[in-house]
Amino acid sequence: MHKALKKYFPVFVLPTLIAFTFAFLLPFIVGIYLSFCDFTTIIDAEFVGLKNYSRMLQHGDFIQALKFTGAFTVLAVISVNVFAFILALGLTKGIKGTNLYRSVFFMPNLIGGIVLGYIWKMIIDGVLLSKGMTIVSDPKYGFWGLVILMSWQMIGYMMIIYITGIQNISPDLLEAAEIDGATRFQAIRKIVMPMMMPSFTICLFLTLTNSFKLFDQNLALTAGAPGRKTQMLALDIYNTFYGRPGWEGVGQAKAVVFFLLLGVVALIQLRATRSKEVEN
Amino acid sequence: MKAKEKRDNLFLTIIIGAIALLFLVPIIIIVYNSFKGTLFISSEPFALPRKGSFVGLDNYIKGIAKTGLIGAFGWSLFITVFSVGLIVLCTSMTAWYITRVKGKITSILYYLFVFAMIVPFQMVMFSMSKMANMLYLDNPVGIIFIYLGYGAGLSIFIFAGFVKAIPLEIEEAAYIDGCNPWQTYFKIVFPLLRPTAITVAILNAMWIWNDYLLPKLILPSEIKTIPIAIQYLRDGYGGVDMGHMMAMLVIAIIPIVIFYLSCQKYIIRGVAAGAVKG
Repeated sequence: MHKALKKYFPVFVLPTLIAFTFAFLLPFIVGIYLSFCDFTTIIDAEFVGLKNYSRMLQHGDFIQALKFTGAFTVLAVISVNVFAFILALGLTKGIKGTNLYRSVFFMPNLIGGIVLGYIWKMIIDGVLLSKGMTIVSDPKYGFWGLVILMSWQMIGYMMIIYITGIQNISPDLLEAAEIDGATRFQAIRKIVMPMMMPSFTICLFLTLTNSFKLFDQNLALTAGAPGRKTQMLALDIYNTFYGRPGWEGVGQAKAVVFFLLLGVVALIQLRATRSKEVEN
Repeated sequence: MKAKEKRDNLFLTIIIGAIALLFLVPIIIIVYNSFKGTLFISSEPFALPRKGSFVGLDNYIKGIAKTGLIGAFGWSLFITVFSVGLIVLCTSMTAWYITRVKGKITSILYYLFVFAMIVPFQMVMFSMSKMANMLYLDNPVGIIFIYLGYGAGLSIFIFAGFVKAIPLEIEEAAYIDGCNPWQTYFKIVFPLLRPTAITVAILNAMWIWNDYLLPKLILPSEIKTIPIAIQYLRDGYGGVDMGHMMAMLVIAIIPIVIFYLSCQKYIIRGVAAGAVKG
């Protein structure tokens, strides 16, 4: 069987592999190389060593965007997961209309980032109207706007994962706890939460990486305004590439650092939550 | 005890119902604002349309004319349908091959695909769009090929997880009965992978339909997808006309709501299944 299949490499693997090579593998390798070069397109690259990286550090934008992204990510991860978990607990009690509520909470997740951004820009501008301001009057409005938007978008998605996790816990365990006299809160704290560590691992990973990489929502909601104060990393990289002639190399260097940061943060999180997972 | 439980549940229903309403409010506001004149959207943002502010379908007609949203809808549909079809077909075949044929090359390939999942788009966007340009892939047909390559990582990862769950005996029986790998794949393996294929299709459709940056960088400027057309309202004209914007947002949401209502069961199940594997 394997021998027979082996000869079919050109049919089964080659089309995907060619697409993968040109859409990901080569651009990735070239991207790393370009971060050490001066260039305006990929064929005029000239090696300059670490110049792009030092320019990146000398210029404040990247650090500013990093701080903003970090603060946003922490708050968005907390907000999304706390609310999603609570809603999941509420929607596994068998109350009337559970399916309808579940559908409503999940729906914003299907709407794209650009559309979401403009929906919330309108709402937040409307709320701030009484103060005579808009979302770009003060960076803190943009910041909280992004947190609200992200929560609205991601809560339903994470809630679905938490619901699946809760439904996988054997009712016997909870019954045993009840017989032993555990309170509702103790049961959640000591049984539901430890048994759900795999769900937490996934949800934290998804919210963390999605918040860190956020681009469309940031572009539509504030586009970084006022100044560049609400600019997140992905948008900063985009603007460095396409908004500043002569800075393409710096943009690529930022992208490499962005990738490394994301990788490190995601790995630390996976390690930390995986180690707390228990056998069912 | 029973009475207390009943009261608790009623209390819970009210709270969750209120939160659900809160979730719907932004969309409701956008919908009724799309029938108001631009000035009234900024001067009385939460008021319902009234005699002076109601403009009928004016925002829709002018907004569509300005953004070319109908054409954008066509391009979005074309690109999404063909990309998703190609991704499901090609990556399920690849996932089956690299899971079943054990060897150095296939395991290296597997790890490369997994690796691709965590690399952010910004890392490859410049070199990818320049390469697409050099290889004449910077058009609505070429972009399908790009989506296959860039989306391969996640899709192969999900498919491979489920291929492992298919008992090898079934495939071996087919082989002994004289099926070649091609027939085994289409008659045995793919039908068994169908639920996974639906998951992969939904996850990719959600991504590609809403994707802004990749098509923006790759497609020529006269070809717009829906997110590009909406962003164009801001890019193209300095000040945003909020009336047109509201109408375009509503049109952008309608197909998503229809899609959601018609295959909600698959979407929710697919998202949960995809996440567990992811």
